[in-house]
Amino acid sequence: MVDVKTAPDAPAKAGAPLLEIRDLQAWYGESHVLHGINFEVKTGEVVTLLGRNGAGKTSTLKSIMGMIPKRTGSVRFDGRELIKMHSDKIARLGVAICPEERGIFASLNVHENLMLPPTVRSGGLSTEQIFELFPNLKERLSSSQGTKLSGGEQQMLAIARILRTGARFLMLDEPTEGLAPVIIQQIGRTIQRLKSEGFTILLVEQNFRFASTVADRFYIVEHGKVIDGFANSELQANMDKLHTYLGV
Amino acid sequence: MSVITDNSTPASGRGIRDEMVAFVIMAALLATVPFTGIYPFFVMQALCFALFACAFNLLIGYGGLLSFGHAMFLGTAGYFTAHALKVWGVSPEIGIVVGTAGACALSIVTGWISIRRQGIYFAMITLALSQLVFFVYLQTPFTHGEDGIQGIPQGMLFGLFDLSKPTILYYVILVAFLLAFLLIFRTINSPFGEVLKAIRENEPRAVSLGYKADQYKLMAFILSGTLSGFAGSLKVFVAQNASLTDVHWTMSGEIVLMALIGGLGTVFGPVVGAFIIVAMQQYLAGFGQWVTVIQGVIFVVCVLTFRRGIVGEIAALFKRSL
Repeated sequence: MVDVKTAPDAPAKAGAPLLEIRDLQAWYGESHVLHGINFEVKTGEVVTLLGRNGAGKTSTLKSIMGMIPKRTGSVRFDGRELIKMHSDKIARLGVAICPEERGIFASLNVHENLMLPPTVRSGGLSTEQIFELFPNLKERLSSSQGTKLSGGEQQMLAIARILRTGARFLMLDEPTEGLAPVIIQQIGRTIQRLKSEGFTILLVEQNFRFASTVADRFYIVEHGKVIDGFANSELQANMDKLHTYLGV
Repeated sequence: MSVITDNSTPASGRGIRDEMVAFVIMAALLATVPFTGIYPFFVMQALCFALFACAFNLLIGYGGLLSFGHAMFLGTAGYFTAHALKVWGVSPEIGIVVGTAGACALSIVTGWISIRRQGIYFAMITLALSQLVFFVYLQTPFTHGEDGIQGIPQGMLFGLFDLSKPTILYYVILVAFLLAFLLIFRTINSPFGEVLKAIRENEPRAVSLGYKADQYKLMAFILSGTLSGFAGSLKVFVAQNASLTDVHWTMSGEIVLMALIGGLGTVFGPVVGAFIIVAMQQYLAGFGQWVTVIQGVIFVVCVLTFRRGIVGEIAALFKRSL
């Protein structure tokens, strides 16, 4: 079991807003993709952004991370404004993103991929703790190339390496995409475990069934705006909306 | 930016072992050259170019940055070393330090200017800066323009080694080359090298993990420029002159050719490429200007048929890291 004392956020702090986004707008060149995103994530929560393809979910994560240069509005993380900050500085504040394409470096082996990210603050998981969470990775550590891992193993590696850094706010972009049901279950258990140990997680998912097993709250993104939000406990009452917006 | 081909493979334990074995074989073969009857000046010249090509490869093969102006570092160090030896009368080691430091200073300035751009824009900025440096050396009195600095004294290295003796000079050049090669090898396999490879492969991802990509690229540029300068300083002792040839844009093109033929992103490729090109220039000299045409044909054949370069193809064939 991962030592709770080393977890980045003690549950006692739960409830305080860790991330507040107000009127976030973003552009890819001339293309205006986010039209005023508003939502917040409290410490220790798992919040899921739902929406159709092209709704702006991934762009929202990238904007928080500073990966889209042209953006306006306000992104406050732990009381600090990120909107003008460079991506590397945001990472060093303890924000980490696990991208949809996983971003495993082909020219580095599994161990190098795992050890590559710099430690941004204390409280990161040790390699032993990571191997406890992802036993498959330990077996594949000597694999020559990170990209030779299976899709599920690559996803685990992508999550594992950001856990090492000490980041306390994790953004996971479609972590279950294209994976076998058994792997999806394993990733679900991992997210539950991280949540129980104080990590705050912002999830982007199209797999609604998966998201409903891990999320505390949902926001629905449509045409670059958050158009609705509700807690997991209100899920059944909002199924009609989900049918309308997502077709689920 | 994308390079023609990417041969760099993860440095597994076996990979590093292979490369160390290859290094020992290379060092042993080169150490026997004076006893084989091979013209030592040819090998010394090839070693200087091999070091230059390895330094260039550090930038393109591992940093993904194609510089079209690397001759400015070779030429600058050559002129500085030549001037220090001939005019100031300093010892060889001081001459080398002066030349290498000059190239280092130039690489800091040019790197700071060029590193902000990527791809073809980076290549064009380095070419433009190199041309600027070329015209400065064409006009500056201390370089003696078209004549260059001739008849440079070789002197006594550390007051012990008489560099005017070909065998001693050969071993000094060889040791300098091997030490610089090991430095490059160590850099490639260090955490710094890993971050560099990550930036080359997916810069936004590396930045979002918390790395300042521009700082890493600038460090790689400065290291590459400084080592190119070290090669330029050594070359002065072999050729005993410093001329505009070494700072001309064709020299920047030649170094691309050497790295490409040997194999970009391979550890030993640039050494092989440099030896092939220098051997062609040496032994096909009778063909006059046709050497350039032959080089052009080889370049085209290389790009069309074995894109990984000679060492890259061999490494892929035997599934080894070289």
